[in-house]
Amino acid sequence: MAKVTFIQPDGTENTVEADAGMTLMEAAVKNSVRGIAAECGGACSCATCHVYVEDSWREATGEPEAMEEDMLDFAFDVRPSSRLSCQIKLTEELDGLKVRIPEKQF
Amino acid sequence: MSVDVIKTDVVIIGAGPVGLFAVFELGLLDVKCQVIDILDRPGGQCAELYPEKPIYDIPALPVVTGQQLTDQLMEQIEPFGAEYHFNEQVDTIEKIEDGFRVGTDTGTQFECKVVVIAAGGGSFTPKRPPLPGIEAYEGTSVFYSVRKMEAFKDKDVLIVGGGDSALDWTLNLQPVAKSLTLLHRRSEFRAAPASVQKMLELVDGGDISFKLGQVKTLHGDNAQLTGVTVKGADGSTFEHPTEVMLPFFGLTMKLGPVANWGLNLDENLIPVDTEKFETSEKGIFAIGDINTYPGKLKLILSGFHESALMAQAAHRIIYPDKKLIFQYTTSSTSLQKKLGVK
Repeated sequence: MAKVTFIQPDGTENTVEADAGMTLMEAAVKNSVRGIAAECGGACSCATCHVYVEDSWREATGEPEAMEEDMLDFAFDVRPSSRLSCQIKLTEELDGLKVRIPEKQF
Repeated sequence: MSVDVIKTDVVIIGAGPVGLFAVFELGLLDVKCQVIDILDRPGGQCAELYPEKPIYDIPALPVVTGQQLTDQLMEQIEPFGAEYHFNEQVDTIEKIEDGFRVGTDTGTQFECKVVVIAAGGGSFTPKRPPLPGIEAYEGTSVFYSVRKMEAFKDKDVLIVGGGDSALDWTLNLQPVAKSLTLLHRRSEFRAAPASVQKMLELVDGGDISFKLGQVKTLHGDNAQLTGVTVKGADGSTFEHPTEVMLPFFGLTMKLGPVANWGLNLDENLIPVDTEKFETSEKGIFAIGDINTYPGKLKLILSGFHESALMAQAAHRIIYPDKKLIFQYTTSSTSLQKKLGVK
């Protein structure tokens, strides 16, 4: 079990509980978190589940792989902390993870 | 624009797996089909969103990629001689005596007895960058596709993106444009390496320029772009004057003209019955991800089942006097003849 927090652009926080093994995107969709469209359903093919990982969590979540980095080309306002939430697998180690939802998804 | 009308039994809107399998189920019942899709090839989401991704829930295929599934469906329906109209979007469906008239955005007209909407999540359309005010420039200074290269003659052109569309149009428009700049957020490209190589040669030769960054704001007036503010890779911003911008950020699904066809809709889905998968309009069916009914699951599997039942009902409309005898492909010589195996 991991608790993860999504911070909306207006500062509102949603903290949800997710089973280890789920992706961050699945945790968002399952809990109806606003701003995660996940149009392709987690195939790393659409970049509509874009999030910014809070700096203190960037080491734990790691860097995007090449395919994800390619797909981030299709996201808006990409920053060094940008990730696609469908590519972050939740583990016990990520309990407490905080990510920000971008102002705009495509 | 062609004024010839293509007459057929059924027009299928959408060449995704479910639209393709409808060709099979209708074909077994001697029903002829024309298939229309906005993409340039069959497969729908399977081809566009996940051609290389494995699918694990197609019966008897423990694992198959989106592209393999599409290719195998095309092989399976080949005997039925359906005709395909790619790069076309259905704009209008009108009721006429004895069926429907269907028109596409390129002017193709069809007359048919039955319409099958297998449009999945809707039409794939280019993604619009969420930049404030971008709508005002669309069609005059901002373009998501190139219809006529001439339109960019002697213009200062800015192309944004790092995929094949961005690179292909960089190479194609360079000889036409007055100046051309390619803007991309990083120095790696997902486009084909050969195109990237050619682009870099043009940069080295001083024929085009390449800049790193992302567009932040648009500037201009009266629908005429004058420049953009770019956030560079290091976080600083700079101004880039341009008359034209072509953003290439892939495709997204939009319901599109489906909403204009006078059908009952429920949250962008088309409600159908579960016997025939017919919509609120008699003779118009909806199958696959675009329909909704109690218990609906958006699975390719469900769409296949819906195709088979729809085909029975469509047959009754097209051949009202013919009695349909249920047959199996394993034992029926007439079905096997249609499949070309006897």
